[in-house]
This record gives sequence, structure tokens and C-alpha cells, in this order.
Amino acid sequence: MTLKNFAVTFVLGSMALVTVGATSMRAQSHVNSPDPALGAPSVASEESHVNGLTGHAGEGKVLYRRYCIGCHGPDGNGEGMNAQWIDPKPRDFTEGTFKCRSTPTGTLPTDDDLYNAITRGFVTTNMPAWRPLTPQQRADLVAFVKTWSPRWAKEKSGTPLAIPPETPITIDSILRGRQTFQRLECWKCHGPQGHGDGPSASTLTDDKGNPIRPYDFSSGSRFMCGSTNQDLYRIFMTGLDGSPMPSFADVVKPDEAWDLVHFLRTLQPLKTQEASLWQTYKAAHGADIKPIGPDAAAGAQ
Amino acid sequence: MRIKYFLALTIAVLMGGGMLLFANPPAGSGSISGKITYSGTPPKMKPIDMSKEPTCAKQHTTPVLTENVATGPGNALQWVVVYISAGDQESSAPSQAVRYDQKGCQYIPHVLPMVASQQLQIYNDDQTSHNIHPLAKVNSEWNKSQPPGSPPIDTKWEKPEFISVKCNIHPWMHGFFVVLKTPHYAVSSEDGSFEIKGLPAGKYTVTAWQEQYPSQSQDVVISGSENKTANFTFKVLPY
Repeated sequence: MTLKNFAVTFVLGSMALVTVGATSMRAQSHVNSPDPALGAPSVASEESHVNGLTGHAGEGKVLYRRYCIGCHGPDGNGEGMNAQWIDPKPRDFTEGTFKCRSTPTGTLPTDDDLYNAITRGFVTTNMPAWRPLTPQQRADLVAFVKTWSPRWAKEKSGTPLAIPPETPITIDSILRGRQTFQRLECWKCHGPQGHGDGPSASTLTDDKGNPIRPYDFSSGSRFMCGSTNQDLYRIFMTGLDGSPMPSFADVVKPDEAWDLVHFLRTLQPLKTQEASLWQTYKAAHGADIKPIGPDAAAGAQ
Repeated sequence: MRIKYFLALTIAVLMGGGMLLFANPPAGSGSISGKITYSGTPPKMKPIDMSKEPTCAKQHTTPVLTENVATGPGNALQWVVVYISAGDQESSAPSQAVRYDQKGCQYIPHVLPMVASQQLQIYNDDQTSHNIHPLAKVNSEWNKSQPPGSPPIDTKWEKPEFISVKCNIHPWMHGFFVVLKTPHYAVSSEDGSFEIKGLPAGKYTVTAWQEQYPSQSQDVVISGSENKTANFTFKVLPY
């Protein structure tokens, strides 16, 4: 081998090596990766189906890197650059556990649930409403978010909770709801007046051990998972997985659930039909109203 | 006619017996027993303040102690799950359900072993609501409310996992579901002793699991109906 030949071989060889290296680096990138060991499992073909749109993970990945990576991180585990400054912490998608679902506790949410979460954002957190993105872009992000946890490849989404039509808003319904609030001991965390100051409130932590606050009804703010009576019904029936809020689906009948919704509305400083019914009742029967909380444990039932 | 009937019955009985015999691998008569101890200074078992839940506090004449490192006389270590981690034959989950109680704002037992896919029933015996929140990672995590007088929660875990269980309403309540592949397991008692029974002859790996310290394993060979000893010592730290 002459010196010239050697040089040519060396250069060509190096080029080949570089090419191989680049290819393998591309193979390691998240969506195209064939090897589950390399971070998130590859589901290049992952799709989402929302309102007649089909979202694609490949498109979603580009959007994720532009809009989501700062908080949710390059590995989807909620450890982005901004995460250390944020409370509550960004969602860790690798666990496949989500708060706002229409599906039973312990099951995966539907594509619609994730789409609604992106659209709505989460009040009292750093997660904004992503309405500036087009519906197609949001659907693409849903498809991509589902590639982070292996659960999506093995399990189907849960069956959405069936919500029967709302019962009439009456003072009787509110009073029954009040008894349910006492019986289910909602006040242990949310407080006797719904101020989020119950006896257990200060000890609550989420799955990762981070302190977490129960909803304060007196703030009157929107709920984390929506703002309608239906949303409220769904929140306590499905529970907020990953948080201390359990599911009550097995222990509350649909009628009782609507009663509870009507009572919970009276705890908010909002001009609702429930609140005005309650104010009128309180003005006339103030002395008969039993307190809620530990003192009423025996009386209210 | 009568003879035919009798013959048919005999065959049916024999077949039934045969099916019973072959449904599960034959139970052996070997056993592994031993004692779980600790070395070092264990953390103190601290009294739990249940004053925020009077209906539970009044069920206990002396304060309940924390159970994460439960020690006894002679350096005994309680609530250690000892199980066959290798060498066991495949078998289906026992048809008998295992029972987990919430009583006096405590999980009873503190550590509950079971076989994957075995039925698990969770009872609330208290006059207060509990929320059962198994923080599963391999299986799926769920969180359900169970007010007083509710029917038991009937469930099961499909995959082997050590699942931490907590009640968010009563933050001192903490326990474990230990979901195993094998039906051959035992939990160390207050004096640290355990015995795994019904083992067929074979070469086994026995593993001891404690919720706070690394697991340990030993190899044990069982030939016939003998009892072998396997002791485990956990190194503990005072914090």
C-alpha cells in the first residue's frame, strides 16, 4: 500500500464512520427509535383521534421541542430547564398518570381528555391554555405525548364515565349534597367551609412527595379540570390520579353526585343559581343549619 | 342398567379426581425456615399521634408505633417478606382471596404478600372515610375513597411489584402490597421467624425483602421432605 493509497483509504474510512455514527444518532432520536431501552419506547406510528382530526407523533415531536420541552423536558419526565422554578411541577409523561380524565381511576385518559387539557391549560399552575396552536397541532401533540409511557402501547384508554342529565337545582338537592359532603368527609381536606383548610390539608403530597394543596372553593377560581357542573361531577367521580384526590365512583350514586355538585357550588363566591337558593335558605333557617366538620360527625347523618 | 349407571359414576369420579391431581403442580413437603435479624442501630419506632382522628385514637390504649423498621427482642426484624425468587414451578394464583383491613387507622397487616392475579379484598372497618392509594409503577396506580360501611374493594394486581400503599387523609397510614410470582412466601413475625412450607424438591433462590433496606438472596437445595435453614441479617441505620 502506497502512502497515497493509505491516505485515500483513511479519508474514505473516516467518512464511512462518520456516516454510520450520524445514522445511529438519528436512530436514537426519540420517535424513530426501534429500541425501547433508549428512553421512551418508539411509537413512530402513534396517532391520536380528536374531533375528526388525526394527530401524528412525528409532527407533534417538532411542536413539543418548540413549545413544551422547556418545562416537560427533553425526556418527557417533567424535568425541563424551567421545572425547578415551577410549583406544582410539570407533568411527568413517562408515568402515564394524568389528573384530568373522563376515565376511571387507574386507567389511561382518552385522546379527547389530553386534547382538552392542552386546550384548557391548568389554572393555578404554569401550564397555559394552548389556544394559539391550531386544533391539528394540538392533536399532533396528543399523539406525541402518548409516546413517552410504555402504558400506551399495552393498554387501551378507560371507558369514559357516563354522566346522566343534571337533576333540577333545588334547595333540597343542595341540602342532600351538604350531607354527602359531610358523610364522604370531603371537609377532611377541603375544610368545613370549603376553604381548602381541613385537618389533613397541610400534610398532602402528590405521588412524587411534593406538597400539594386541595382546591379552595372560596377562591371561586375555575377547577383544574374544567369549569362546568359536568366537569365538577367528573372530577370527584374519576378522581385526580397522581394526587391525593380519590375517585368516589364506587360510593356515590349519580343522583347523590348531582346533589353534591349543587352543594359545592354554594361554597364558591359566584353568582350561581345554587348560591342564591342557599343564601335565601340561610336567611330563613340560619339557626337550624348544623355545622359541617368534626363536630357534626354524629349529627349530620 | 344399574351397572351401566354405576360404571359411569365411577368413571366420572375417577376423572374428577384426576383433574384435581393435575390442576396444580404437586405440593411438596420440604420447607425453609429461619430468622430475620438486624445489625447496627435501627431507627426508633415512633408513637403515632392519631388525635386528629378521635374514632381511631380511642381504639388504641397505647399509641401505635411506626412499622417501617419493626424490631423485636434479640435483634428480630418483623415484616420482612421471604419468598422463592427463582427455581419455583409455574402455578396459577390461589383461588382464595387475600384480605387487607383498615382498622384503627392502621393497615392490617402492614405488609401483605399475594400472588399476581390473586383476588385482593380491601375492607374499611373504621367509622371514618379512608382513601386507598396504591402508588403502583409497574401496575397502574389508582386512588379510591371508601367511607364507613362501604362494601369491600375487590381487585387484583396483574404484575409482580412491591407497591407502597397510603391514605392521604391519614398521612401516618402506610403499608405494602407485595405482589409475587410464587405462592411460596412467608412474612417474618415479631420474633423475626418465618417458614416457607410446601416446597417440592429442587434448587431454589430465597430472597428476603424489607421495605427500607436492599433485598438479600440465598441459594437453598431441598431434597425430599426436609427442612432447611436460611437466616438473613439486614444492616440498619438509625435514620
